[in-house]
Amino acid sequence: MAADPLISLRGVTKTFGEGPTAFQALKGVDIDIMAGDFVAVMGPSGSGKSTTMNILGCLDVPTDGEYLFRGHHVERLTRDQRALLRRRYLGFVFQGFNLLARTTALENVELPLLYRGESKKTRHDMGMAALDKVGLAEWWDHTPAELSGGQQQRVAIARAIVTHPDVLLADEPTGNLDSERSIEIMELLTDLNRQSGITVLMVTHEAEMAGFAHTIIHFKDGLVESVGAGNQSRAGVPA
Amino acid sequence: MLGTTIVLAIREIRRHLLRSFLTILGIVIGVSAVVTMVTLGNGATKAVQESIASLGSNILQIRPGQGFGRGGGGPRPPAFKAADVEAIRSQIAGVKAVAPQAQSSGVAIANAANWSTTINGTTSDFFEAQQWQLSAGRLFTPAEEQAGKAVCVIGSTVQTNLFRGEDPIGQRFRIRDLSCTVIGTLVTRGQSGFGSDQDDVVIMPIKTVQRRFTGNRDINFIMVAVDAAYDTSAVQGEIEKLLRERRKITGGKQDDFNVFDTKQISDTLSGTTQILTGLLGSVAAVSLLVGGIGIMNIMLVSVTERTREIGIRLAIGAVAREVLLQFLVEAVALACLGGLIGLLLALIATFFLAPVLAVPFLFDPQINLLAFVFSAVIGVVFGYFPARRAASLNPIDALRHE
Repeated sequence: MAADPLISLRGVTKTFGEGPTAFQALKGVDIDIMAGDFVAVMGPSGSGKSTTMNILGCLDVPTDGEYLFRGHHVERLTRDQRALLRRRYLGFVFQGFNLLARTTALENVELPLLYRGESKKTRHDMGMAALDKVGLAEWWDHTPAELSGGQQQRVAIARAIVTHPDVLLADEPTGNLDSERSIEIMELLTDLNRQSGITVLMVTHEAEMAGFAHTIIHFKDGLVESVGAGNQSRAGVPA
Repeated sequence: MLGTTIVLAIREIRRHLLRSFLTILGIVIGVSAVVTMVTLGNGATKAVQESIASLGSNILQIRPGQGFGRGGGGPRPPAFKAADVEAIRSQIAGVKAVAPQAQSSGVAIANAANWSTTINGTTSDFFEAQQWQLSAGRLFTPAEEQAGKAVCVIGSTVQTNLFRGEDPIGQRFRIRDLSCTVIGTLVTRGQSGFGSDQDDVVIMPIKTVQRRFTGNRDINFIMVAVDAAYDTSAVQGEIEKLLRERRKITGGKQDDFNVFDTKQISDTLSGTTQILTGLLGSVAAVSLLVGGIGIMNIMLVSVTERTREIGIRLAIGAVAREVLLQFLVEAVALACLGGLIGLLLALIATFFLAPVLAVPFLFDPQINLLAFVFSAVIGVVFGYFPARRAASLNPIDALRHE
């Protein structure tokens, strides 16, 4: 496969603060991620994996270096342009689920469609389809308080995929779940990656969860320490 | 997008019913206070107008010249003649009484007293037009008017100063060169709307005044009482048209006379109550402003409380403007809701307060609309700052917010 990478970081650095208290979280990171990959990002806290994820998720910009997403220089985009890019291409899943309280599962899932200006009918249909994909169609009118942790994370995943994004960014998606639910979530992510072709980027500190990925990137002290294959790595998927 | 934003805002308001209600309480009180004050004030103004109108209403005063007094330079406009009075009396519909007046002044002397006063020559129509009753004696007879007899009716001030407690009826006194018999006395009227003493007057038949004092047949003032069934301003217009014809004022030339409605005096007085209404209304408007600050307060709390939600929205791809709009619309929706409830309260309050305060109940759509629009504007003004704060949040920090 000679295709260009979907995501490409070149010499990315990130410095927080200024002067003597400045802290360099990233010290020159180069990463290439091909479309359709399932990447696990690992490393101890403070290693720069979260900062990298924020940059990859277009929530933050590098202090220096280049971030190419589908060939576009993300580091040159404005705040609103990056928001539009997230709206169009990215889906987010967080450790704490981050669903809107007192809001039904369907309303939560419909949220990204609202910003796309979809009609009420389209929102409903797409929202139900996404809930169906995560196996929660019957729970559409339940609020987060009425759902278990695993179910909440499924709703969050449904919200992330309802717009058919290119990339799903998951920040410790199983961090708040027991191992049985964790496995279920990982299987769901694997399915989405395989069947829908969504590129999955996942931060985790559990080796067991990272094992579901094709590619595992290890961070240490603001640098990429190693790029290896996960348990499910397939031949032909470049690292 | 705006439609969904409004739906979202209403959903959010419904989700926190009690808090939303407390938030808008300031606006509710402010709007209802403003509208109640102004509505009751307008009712009071109307009551004042009505009470003035019931006293000496529907009176038109006709003078030569423009405006009050003589004023300005140039030739003095001609006075009216008896034929003008006759024409008004016979050609204008709805005229109840027409009283021509010729005025002079002089020192009245009786016994040992003297008193400088105004001499007013008129007809008995004057008393009807003014609704001025006699306290004793009688009015002029038509024969006396016709002949220009030296008889007079005197006001209470003249009576007091000239006769000091004696019965003046039938007595004679001298005023300038004329020896005059008192045939009637008038009840005390007090000061006029302009502050002059209305009772300081000697009233004679107009012909007497013209012959003995002014030395001409000029009528320098005509008072017309309009029948209550007729529209005073319509009659005023008719008289103006008639006098223009009679005085040969054509085309765009300015009138050289002035028909003045006493209603204008009542307008002046009601102007006073209107100023009071305005003052009360603005005091109430301050409370509306305080209500706006209440909205800002809660919106700021809401932004802090919903920081995570804002983070989610931003991560999902909401641009800053959309987040701003969401919170702004929420504030405006709250303010408008407060405005509506306030209007409703004001309607109920005025409906029940008006009879208690003895003022008529007047529903004024203008002030209602104004108060509503004002509350919406307050929503925009005080909602903007919290909304901007929400829109400028960093998504990463917002998502991490506990």
